Amino acid sequence: MAIKFDKISDGQYQLDVSGYVCPHPQMYTKKALQKLQSGDELSLIFDNPSSGESIIAMCETEGDEIFEREEGNGATTWKIRKG
Amino acid sequence: MATDSTQVMSNPGLLAHKGGYKAMALVALTAILSLGLLANDTRWIYLLVYVWFGVAYGVLLQYGRFCMASAIRDLFAIKVPRMAVGVMIATALFSITAGLVTVSGYSTFHPHPLGWHIIAGGLIFGFGMIFTGGCASGSLYKTGEGNMGSMLVLLSISFSMALFTDLGSWSNNLAPASWAESALDKGMPEVLTVTDGWFDLFTAGYVWNLSGGTVGDMLGTGNVWIDVFVGNVLLNAILPSLVILVILYMSTYRKGYIRRSKLESLSYGDEMRGIWGMITSSKNTAIAGLGLGIFAGLQMWATGALREHYEIFNFGELLMKMGYSEGLSIQETVFDPGYWYITTQEAQLGGWVMSLFGRDVTDNIFFGLQNGIPNPLINAPLLMSVGIIVGAAILSLSRREFKWKIPSVETAVFAIVGGALMGIGARLGMGCNVGAFFAAVTNGDLTGWIFLAGMLIGGLLGVKAFNVWLNRKSAGDEFDI
Repeated sequence: MAIKFDKISDGQYQLDVSGYVCPHPQMYTKKALQKLQSGDELSLIFDNPSSGESIIAMCETEGDEIFEREEGNGATTWKIRKG
Repeated sequence: MATDSTQVMSNPGLLAHKGGYKAMALVALTAILSLGLLANDTRWIYLLVYVWFGVAYGVLLQYGRFCMASAIRDLFAIKVPRMAVGVMIATALFSITAGLVTVSGYSTFHPHPLGWHIIAGGLIFGFGMIFTGGCASGSLYKTGEGNMGSMLVLLSISFSMALFTDLGSWSNNLAPASWAESALDKGMPEVLTVTDGWFDLFTAGYVWNLSGGTVGDMLGTGNVWIDVFVGNVLLNAILPSLVILVILYMSTYRKGYIRRSKLESLSYGDEMRGIWGMITSSKNTAIAGLGLGIFAGLQMWATGALREHYEIFNFGELLMKMGYSEGLSIQETVFDPGYWYITTQEAQLGGWVMSLFGRDVTDNIFFGLQNGIPNPLINAPLLMSVGIIVGAAILSLSRREFKWKIPSVETAVFAIVGGALMGIGARLGMGCNVGAFFAAVTNGDLTGWIFLAGMLIGGLLGVKAFNVWLNRKSAGDEFDI
């Protein structure tokens, strides 16, 4: 179980923090978003619901947009557009 | 990973999935066990009050994801005030119910002695909880969500507290000589060996010389309503909470609010709407806080009423009447706070397990004189903690959020080391984020704010240390793009 941060294509990134609990998911998401340019998209895969609420609030404050949310088998994928 | 977009935002009924059945089964099991106990002896109702209030706390904690570690960490690490706002609203609301219980004469709260140990304890506790990912109550509800890392945190807290209160003779030299003299003056029974062990010296030679009280006591107007509602509720809880809410708004939420509202300058009304927006964005936490406040007040009232009914001051007396004398303190008492509390009963669990392995922990003031080491099956506050786990499991199962999570080596190490620090901090500071902060400030005890100040300093240092670790790790391949 390792955190995976990959570039999928130009402006498309993926961060997989599934299996990790607080505080890792929100702190790694912040770190990943800092590496992106405005308009880039991040697919965030996580399975720790309480981190999700912190990430929503963080995106609201920073002006990043969560534009797609999918519930899967035990994990959630959110697509975030950097503001 | 398989995804199914048709499930997005779906909200199936409770019995439309396996988790719902499991949740119902847990409720039924708890109810059957409770009825079995009552059939054995109706006086077990005293213990069951703890259990069922625990279940209610667990449901509320999971619903609001109520966690002080999250409140402090998210504030410093990612500038998100959501949980801190929820905790402050909960503080203000709980103070009102606690005030009502106090004026009704059923309060079981005792103010903590004021001294340096409060801020030192808060600091160590706050530092540790950044690494464990949950505070003392947060780790309980997360255990109920299937997080075994949080279970490890609970075990680490339990044993570090038990070991810390049972430090051997080697630690005597770490205490000032004046503590030993002062401890001897207290004339305690020899069996407690009060001059042997750092924690005994600290308790009898230092803490017992201190005094504490509530803001209401300080006002001392002679009118209990004014003392409680002006002193304890307004001055010690609501006003400081409002000041902190304004500080949180100005330092974090306002930036995003200005951008979203597209206003160039904010009028007084805009600012008020902004603060309200911040509060409502923490709605779930605030609702949980309101519920916790109401239930915590009701628990004090219920326990107080049962004590009056059974004509006892402490559960130990009732246990004696019921024929259970093992594990009581030399005063024939057990830990029985009568309100929401977390850590002392976990220390008792650690002490009880140590005693199974032949270690006599009853020569310590903490176990031998104050709290006892009752069998976990009849330790009412410990069963409240079990109730919290059960309550959180019930809600997380029904919300399809329950998931067994086995910690990685990194998470396990953080859980054990962070949990050990939390345990030491909790014993130094006389409680955790619940007993030393939440229950204290809402009952008019200023030491709660001092514990919070310590937790904030410790939390800030913890976030800085965690970031150093994160940067070191992410400098490797896994985070390099």
